Amino acid sequence: MSANKNIQFSDDALALVQKIINRYPEGKQKSALLPILHIAQAEFDGWLSPEVMDYVASLLKIQSIEVYEVATFYSMFNMKPVGKCLIEVCRTGPCWLMGAEDVVRYIEKKLGIKAGETTADGMFTLKTVECLASCGTAPMMQIGETYHENLTLEKVDAILNDHKNQGNRRTHWEKDKVKP
Amino acid sequence: MSRKLLLDNLDKPGIQSLTGYSDNGGYEALRKALQMKPEEIVSEVQKSGLRGRGGAGFPTGMKWSFIAKPEGVPRYLVCNADESEPGTFKDRYLMEHKPHILIEGMIISSFALGANTSYIYIRGEMMYVFHILQKAIDEAYAAGYLGKNILGSGFNLDLHVHCGAGAYICGEETALIESLEGKRGNPRIKPPFPAVKGLWGCPTVVNNVETIAAVVPIIKITGEEYAKIGIGKSTGTKLISASGHINKPGVYEIELGVPVEEFIYSDAYCGGIKNGKQLKAVVAGGSSVPVLPAHLILKTAAGEPRLMTYESLADGGFATGTMLGSGGFIVMDEDTSVVKNLWTFAHFYHHESCGQCSPCREGTGWMYRILNKILNGKGEMKDIDLLWNIQGNIEGKTICPLGDAAAWPVASSIRHFRSEFEAYINNHGMKDVKHYYRLNNLQEA
Amino acid sequence: MPKVTIDGHTIEVPEGTTILEAARKIGGDIVPPTMCYYSKLKTSGGYCRTCLVKVSKGSEKDPRPMPKPVASCRQTVMDGMEVQNITSPEILDARAGVVEFLLINHPLDCPVCDQAGECNLQDLSYEHGHEVSRLDFRKRTFPMIDIGDKIKLHMNRCIMCYRCVKVAEQLCPERVHGVLNRGWDSEISTYIEQAVDNEWSGNMIDVCPVGALTDKTFRFKSRVWFTKPVDAHRNCPTCSGKVVLWYQGEEVLRVTGRKDQWGEVDEFICNECRFDKKKTSDWVIEGPRHIDRHSVISQNHYEELKKLKQDLSRQKKLGEKAHN
Repeated sequence: MSANKNIQFSDDALALVQKIINRYPEGKQKSALLPILHIAQAEFDGWLSPEVMDYVASLLKIQSIEVYEVATFYSMFNMKPVGKCLIEVCRTGPCWLMGAEDVVRYIEKKLGIKAGETTADGMFTLKTVECLASCGTAPMMQIGETYHENLTLEKVDAILNDHKNQGNRRTHWEKDKVKP
Repeated sequence: MSRKLLLDNLDKPGIQSLTGYSDNGGYEALRKALQMKPEEIVSEVQKSGLRGRGGAGFPTGMKWSFIAKPEGVPRYLVCNADESEPGTFKDRYLMEHKPHILIEGMIISSFALGANTSYIYIRGEMMYVFHILQKAIDEAYAAGYLGKNILGSGFNLDLHVHCGAGAYICGEETALIESLEGKRGNPRIKPPFPAVKGLWGCPTVVNNVETIAAVVPIIKITGEEYAKIGIGKSTGTKLISASGHINKPGVYEIELGVPVEEFIYSDAYCGGIKNGKQLKAVVAGGSSVPVLPAHLILKTAAGEPRLMTYESLADGGFATGTMLGSGGFIVMDEDTSVVKNLWTFAHFYHHESCGQCSPCREGTGWMYRILNKILNGKGEMKDIDLLWNIQGNIEGKTICPLGDAAAWPVASSIRHFRSEFEAYINNHGMKDVKHYYRLNNLQEA
Repeated sequence: MPKVTIDGHTIEVPEGTTILEAARKIGGDIVPPTMCYYSKLKTSGGYCRTCLVKVSKGSEKDPRPMPKPVASCRQTVMDGMEVQNITSPEILDARAGVVEFLLINHPLDCPVCDQAGECNLQDLSYEHGHEVSRLDFRKRTFPMIDIGDKIKLHMNRCIMCYRCVKVAEQLCPERVHGVLNRGWDSEISTYIEQAVDNEWSGNMIDVCPVGALTDKTFRFKSRVWFTKPVDAHRNCPTCSGKVVLWYQGEEVLRVTGRKDQWGEVDEFICNECRFDKKKTSDWVIEGPRHIDRHSVISQNHYEELKKLKQDLSRQKKLGEKAHN
């Protein structure tokens, strides 16, 4: 568990981590692992490198393998680098009924990548995901913390262009939204 | 039009905030509850006949009565907001639009159970709802509804939101507890049940969002009044998430007992099938419950009108019936391929299996691969029987109900739509399945 | 003490005994097979589902049958409980189904697997499996890795019994390997390349029911049925020093713990005894090891040969006596 010296949360993030740990009884700090991994992903380029996970393990005083085991279990944690904008399109039943396949195909064509791939400029990663509890507003996709619902191909165009123009990284845990 | 107990006042401005909620009768039930004894609250919930709204439909009052009360050991209430069942989006809707009803329900329920620390476990993907809940909790603390000596009652409660990170299995209560402890979401082997050994080894009750929210109107109007709504053992109102090929998808609060036909075709609810098409099939309670063809969802095998109740939907067992489940009502029109719909579900369960026990880990992947083969035009007739056999080898053999949930859609699709599988196989993938199915449907009807 | 009846055999067992342990006390054919349960490892069991049984009567107090088959390794007995294992056709079917699930992604590479001959999965599939495979897709594969210089991890063969993880959790202070990923893609791994470096780590090899974790010092040296197991001990500062030496000719090819009739070691042994003491002179020899499991190991009949030799020499002595 030799934490890399270059890996360090910002002061705000560290304060937030402490606040989260305090939500659980003493000695049960491992409970804070999922929220802290979300923060880590937001702090360190949208994915969890082994070094980042080792750092989280040291913060929570647990073995590194305990973090690896958990991080690889949950689908929201990226174990490899992803584009600045991770597009997650729901592919399950109700969304499929309403045309999710067309949305995926359209994005693939527009960005020139297949689901699971990242564009050469590192801007977009396309991923298909399972039900996001938005079946009544299908088809839908999630970018960062935002649900984009009742999608049409025109809507998809506008959303992706918007993100391309903004050019900043989006993660599920949006740093500026949570203050310690 | 059904009476609204959960989704009332949604049109009132600021209902999302504490002020807006309080201006419309919010936190009145809490004031009333804090004047009662905890046992009296449990007894009201028992009288109401409220059943778990997450899918299993277990009587809530009974679940509460099981909680162990050893001296000096803390008890916990955990709200299951890990809503991930395909077809279900009612909890997200309720939390997003009326977060304070959940907070109020959590306080009352924690008081009834004697829990001084409670958690809401929300799925990580709903991070924006996480922030809504956090804001509502902060408001509740500021107003003295949370923290020490709530409204002078001497009752203390700390309430926290905890976010998951993408795993359907964490909706299973013991997997949820594991996940809340910062571990992989592997369901525990029962017994012991959470009511005896749950979160950090302490007695714990895990309830769905809608269940906890329903405690608020139960206290408000009394359990007896609540039980008058609905039919038989299906009491009260239920949130139904309606999706698929209907004119008005969305969340509807119904009084249990509304006829399925009315729910699908009335303008008060789904508003009929989109584009004037015919109804082909319905998954009535979230992807895990058996799919039924139009004639069996509208009427039972005995020809009785099918009602939106736990009992009526289950009439006929799995041979001709289904389940109310979580109330995820997915409607498919005449042009829908049931086989392909099943394929998306099979992928879902394959993706979401935790991998702990062998029938589910291996069986879900195997079923998905066979369906893939059939859809790709390489299926053989023996594959249908093989699928049937595999689902049977999974059902009832696994640690948690995910195995059953993966098996039932496969079994019911084959049971009611076998000819569609055969058509795929005979036609090497059925490029023209839409047309074929419209014809075939009409012949059967 | 609660009384339980399993396949018609009634036995009284202490409170808290599992159905499986009660069945083992009765013994014989009615004992459910196990792949993940290991009595010496806390919280083991419940995962593989091979030990499923039917509870046809819950207890004297509540005689209702249990709605689903239960894992006998985790379900404790109640007074008056009635259990069906081999007398229930559904259970035998269910077990055959479980065996099939365990095999669909297994490489079936027994001819080149060091575990062959003492493999629980071989025994299980022989007794409970189908003769014909119903699979027609590519099996899941993983790269082979070394976890340290003494242990090979061949993930393709793994059935996810979790025993090795429990060894690491319960015997080693710093666990470096565990279960990664989810569902179909779950694997045992260290995630980043890392050696499992602990004096008890070798026990992962002994508890592994298949050939997923094998002893690199024994790798491809022989087949277990060509080696002769001999009980031996030494004065070890770390462990009990009670082991089995596996000989081929005069050479000790490997050292393992002593396994009982359920395939479980009596006592865990340390890595020094296992990997570093491979000379006969390191050990006090006790005599041939009786391998109780119905494996091919005993097929070289050396135990009987030895007995025969003893008998012959006794007869000879008796004959000489009579003659005199």
